[in-house]
Amino acid sequence: MASAVLNPVETAAGRFGVYGGRYVPETLMAALEELEVAYAEAQADPAFHTELDGLLHHYCGRPTPLYFAKRLSEITGGAKIYLKREDLLHTGAHKINNALGQGLLARRMGKQRIIAETGAGQHGVATATVCALLGLDCVIYMGEEDMRRQELNVYRMRLLGADVRGVASGSATLKDAINEAMRDWVTNVRTTYYILGSALGAHPYPTMVRNFHRVISIEARRQFLEEVGTLPQAVVACVGGGSNAIGAFYEFIPDANVQLIGVEAGGRGTALGEHAARFQKVGGGLPGVLQGTYSYVLQNDYGQVATTHSVSAGLDYASVGPEHAMLHDSGRAQYVSCSDDEALKATVTLSRTEGIVPALESAHAVAEGIRMAATMAKDQILMINLSGRGDKDMGIMARELNLAGAKEKIAL
Amino acid sequence: MPIAFPHKPGIIAYLTAGDPDLATTREIALAAIDNGADVIELGVPFSDPLADGPVIQRASERAVARGTRLSDVLDLTADLRRARPTCGLVLFSYLNPIVRMGMEAFCAKAAEAGADGVLLTDMIVEEAGEYLAAMSANNLAPIFLAAPTSPDKRLKAIGENSKGFVYAISRVGITGTRDTVASDAPDLVARLRKFTDLPIAVGFGISNATHVKAVGEFADAAVIGSAIVALIEKTGPEDAAKAVGHFIASLRR
Repeated sequence: MASAVLNPVETAAGRFGVYGGRYVPETLMAALEELEVAYAEAQADPAFHTELDGLLHHYCGRPTPLYFAKRLSEITGGAKIYLKREDLLHTGAHKINNALGQGLLARRMGKQRIIAETGAGQHGVATATVCALLGLDCVIYMGEEDMRRQELNVYRMRLLGADVRGVASGSATLKDAINEAMRDWVTNVRTTYYILGSALGAHPYPTMVRNFHRVISIEARRQFLEEVGTLPQAVVACVGGGSNAIGAFYEFIPDANVQLIGVEAGGRGTALGEHAARFQKVGGGLPGVLQGTYSYVLQNDYGQVATTHSVSAGLDYASVGPEHAMLHDSGRAQYVSCSDDEALKATVTLSRTEGIVPALESAHAVAEGIRMAATMAKDQILMINLSGRGDKDMGIMARELNLAGAKEKIAL
Repeated sequence: MPIAFPHKPGIIAYLTAGDPDLATTREIALAAIDNGADVIELGVPFSDPLADGPVIQRASERAVARGTRLSDVLDLTADLRRARPTCGLVLFSYLNPIVRMGMEAFCAKAAEAGADGVLLTDMIVEEAGEYLAAMSANNLAPIFLAAPTSPDKRLKAIGENSKGFVYAISRVGITGTRDTVASDAPDLVARLRKFTDLPIAVGFGISNATHVKAVGEFADAAVIGSAIVALIEKTGPEDAAKAVGHFIASLRR
């Protein structure tokens, strides 16, 4: 499909098959090259890892548990469902793994000013947290629509000392926040470090962000072998930009018997503009360039990027990390979608069966996990990466699930 | 090749095609040419113009909302070429609309329309293999951007791979008008001269005759973008061509 499109002069680093690369204004190139070198040096420096691992353990709460969801498994009548509890991390989602890694890198590079974009606000909160921890200045760009629907996270970021700047352009969601963060970076590139929050953007970001989240599958794989005695048949994760999913998938990629399932936002319909399912067969995305990388992009026939919809701000994005594009084309991972309503229903199910309220993003993975488990045998095992907790979504859940008005208990 | 700057400094006028509408863009382009613009950069509107400031963002948003397509901009290019056979015509675009059309198909159509060159905001030399091959096959000039942050090694590659002219960004940042020509610019142009004999155009923040004169001290041409687009936004469709014509004429005074 995308074989001859956009072949670089040489097979540059940062390619995932044909995807990835660097498609940015020239002004940013020196900064990306500087970042690539600094990241390689940090990776090779044991002291960097010692500090990062120490903070991941003592400050963030790693390793996160691998939890057997017994009652959830029972209601599906099928496979045993295990939850990888990234929701228990400090700040409430996997995002801190990457924000902390990049924050330490920024400090090492001598950059005092940090910028970041955020969709659901979890990456913004994680970045603001790391900046507070390390004494760095923090500016967060957030779409105004997302500021409205994830209001609590806006307050958290401000409490932590971040300057939260609303973005009104486009659909005022994650994509527009990234555009504005990139404009800031182009302008202040000499003094500023951009902590990109997903496995997106120009090289080296997709590789670097994935590596900071690899800890999810490193732990999970070891936990399965040590605590369960076998690997799972499937790993399920939600995919917006795809950072929690690539982190949860990565160490399982060589395990050919472990199915990797990415769950995109099916939104409220299959027509362009109604969802964020880049890999959907009809009405889905096509290879293209958005915000520095070559990947699947939801777009119209003329190459204008489409608007998207999802009940979850963190999945509401028109493109997807380039490594997922490669895993999709190779068939190593499968990508499905789950609608707003299915995600909301799964939120209630997980809350009622396990006493765990998932983030709406993660609820997409829960919905697909429940669906899959029901088709599997009782001795089979499935892992859901529970990437975040639902506290931030209480406003949306209250409205969508009528929590304020319902006198009767909502049926599952 | 019509990309030439007989008067120093040359004037390159950027227009967002389809803002306020394609017919008006045509009239504005003709007025700009007839009042001294050596090259017209026709901007292909894009949904996500991340290198642009608010003025060109708004123009792009309006043009996209009107349904302006890359194929429409190519038709406009052909029309301008017929009307003004000797002016320079450069297509200025973000990558995605071109990827959607197909790189080879785009270059063939651009050449057929009579364009002289192409400038892609988010294409760097390292990624440009297929692009450069298709441009060369169609005898089109690839114009790369050079930035104050580009080290000499990059400037060398930019100089070697560009044709027509090299576009030197006067300062780090996004497009938009500024009070003065950035102090980064003369140094960047001097460094570029070591690597290329092509004309060097300076853009970003150039908005009046004083700026153009300042650019003329050290470079071959000045690119005026946001100042024109803002003027069009302010003036409205009926008088935009006349206003832009006057403005272009004023730049060399």
